[in-house]
Amino acid sequence: MTAPSPVDYQTIPDQAHRAAATKSEQLVDVQNLKVHFRSPGRCVQAVNGVDLTLAKGEVLTILGESGSGKSVTLRALMRLLPERRTSIEGHINVAGQDVLKMSRRELSAYRGFTTSMIFQEPMLAFDPVFRIGDQIAETVCRHEGVSHAEGLARALELFELVRIPSAKRRLSNYPHEMSGGMSQRAMIALALSCRPRLLLADEPTTALDATVQIQILLLLRDLQRELGMSVIFVTHDMGVANEISDRIAVMYAGRVVETGSVDEIIRAPRHPYTVGLMQSRASGELKGERLSAIPGSPPDMASPPPGCAFAPRCSLATEECQQNVPPAKVLGQQHWAACWKLEGV
Amino acid sequence: MSSYFLKRILYVIPITLAVSFFCFSLVHLSPGDPMDAVVSPDAPSEVVAMVQRAYGFDRPLPEQFGLWVSRAVQGDLGMSAANGRAVTTEVFSALKNTLLLAVAASMIGFTLGCTFGALAGYYQGSLLDRIVTGFAVGGVSVPHYWLGMLLVIIFSVELNWLPSSGAGPGSSSDWSFEWAYLRHLILPAVTLSVIPMGVVTRTVRAMVADILAHEFVEALRAKGLAERRIFLHVIKNVAPTALAVMGLQLGYLLGGSILVETVFSWPGTGLLLNNAIFQRDLPILQGTILILALFFVALNLMVDLVQARLDPRIQRG
Repeated sequence: MTAPSPVDYQTIPDQAHRAAATKSEQLVDVQNLKVHFRSPGRCVQAVNGVDLTLAKGEVLTILGESGSGKSVTLRALMRLLPERRTSIEGHINVAGQDVLKMSRRELSAYRGFTTSMIFQEPMLAFDPVFRIGDQIAETVCRHEGVSHAEGLARALELFELVRIPSAKRRLSNYPHEMSGGMSQRAMIALALSCRPRLLLADEPTTALDATVQIQILLLLRDLQRELGMSVIFVTHDMGVANEISDRIAVMYAGRVVETGSVDEIIRAPRHPYTVGLMQSRASGELKGERLSAIPGSPPDMASPPPGCAFAPRCSLATEECQQNVPPAKVLGQQHWAACWKLEGV
Repeated sequence: MSSYFLKRILYVIPITLAVSFFCFSLVHLSPGDPMDAVVSPDAPSEVVAMVQRAYGFDRPLPEQFGLWVSRAVQGDLGMSAANGRAVTTEVFSALKNTLLLAVAASMIGFTLGCTFGALAGYYQGSLLDRIVTGFAVGGVSVPHYWLGMLLVIIFSVELNWLPSSGAGPGSSSDWSFEWAYLRHLILPAVTLSVIPMGVVTRTVRAMVADILAHEFVEALRAKGLAERRIFLHVIKNVAPTALAVMGLQLGYLLGGSILVETVFSWPGTGLLLNNAIFQRDLPILQGTILILALFFVALNLMVDLVQARLDPRIQRG
């Protein structure tokens, strides 16, 4: 793996994006993030040099299949990964704070206040033996030092904000008394309880019914606009990404392989992996035809290939692809891809 | 909510009936004639018949059962076949001592068990965890009559710090909370606490480790809660299971202290049962077992009710 020299940053377009955005507009800056999980005799390189930026009020979707490192990247932004077994390298800056250098106390003040998270399974993300209202009030009390009663009053406002019917009664529900969609709304209320500047959403609609998915997506989009916060949305669902985001970052085997606006990624993808992803979508005109899938499977991240991680599955791969990690190439103002064979796609 | 509690309380009636039936029939199924304890083998047959009639042993078993239950409801469990004293007074004076011992032992065992278990579960895989787990396995496996004798050898015979038997100075079985009495309690209570300590440690450890792996703990961290507050959440999740185990253990302590009570000559139900078995004293046996079983039922009821207060999901079942 070649470490990017300072000169290389000239060619890394996210850096260009970074420069384009004035300092006050930028909220998240992730540089060369590496997350490795260590266990005896094994080291899984889950994330291998991710660069990301996010402007204020922007919605970025990280798109990728299971094991591509998208959830790990998200958790690294809050340092939620098990400390003993994880090593995180690189640089994470959120709202002017260096997340990786925070003390325990600073970290706990940052979590849930500056940045908060919505989880994939809302039913599992609430403590089953506490009332939902108390769980929200507890967060407000923690960060704003208000009384429990005031926290509950905030919880009620939030329940109304996320459009939970008969909000007052619902506050005293236990998690098992709510449906999946309802508890995801409650989860969103919890995440928004201290007006975070960055909202991280880890596949928040995956565990829900299709009709409920749409409702939750629309709600999230409305709330994002209303509150003007930045959102990083992790999903493997291209439809969801299309619906909600301003920009998409496609991850494969622990790296971002392509970034661009929604239009650029969905309609004019350049990286062979992104192209393959878009072709594997099922849509109306394909009826009766065989769905084209990407052959092979993702690499074992305990021993990733030395070059481009997608090379073993790529029809355009050459010797060069097998040997060297491709650098990012600028394709547009926000659009870039990391591939040796961009001309051939 | 209240319907759950009502239902749970009503369940006690059939359980109690079944329990008393088993108490009665088990004792009659066991070999040995209760008359052996009352009359000498060479007594004339008229005497035997008279005594049989006095105790009601001449009637058919179902009738005996009916009579026994109807009297038991009124608080009369018959009289001891060995010494003619009322079973109820005998059992309750023994029960008081056993309760004292069981409560003391469970206070020691549960406090240590919960503390060790929570620490070991929280620091799972650490050296502390391994030491505590080893200790807990030892506690569960060690035969407590042996431990009791060992403690007697060390603390009574060698060091002469604590008495080896009885429940108080002199021969009286009265109790008062004074050092002269308390020192009699220490050795049997410690001996008896070792098994519940081990069981509770292991349960709490496993539960804490299990709960910590739940996604909601990550969500609690993501909210920015302090570790202390997160631990509180974990404890409330562990509490219902831990409570159930502790309730059962207290039940076992009430009935299962026969060996320890015998080793330390502690005048409780265990010793009473032990003597009743050797003397074939059926009324005492039946009465003691019934009272202990009812205690167990009541204890379980209490555990269930408290559990339902702690974990709202239980009431749905």
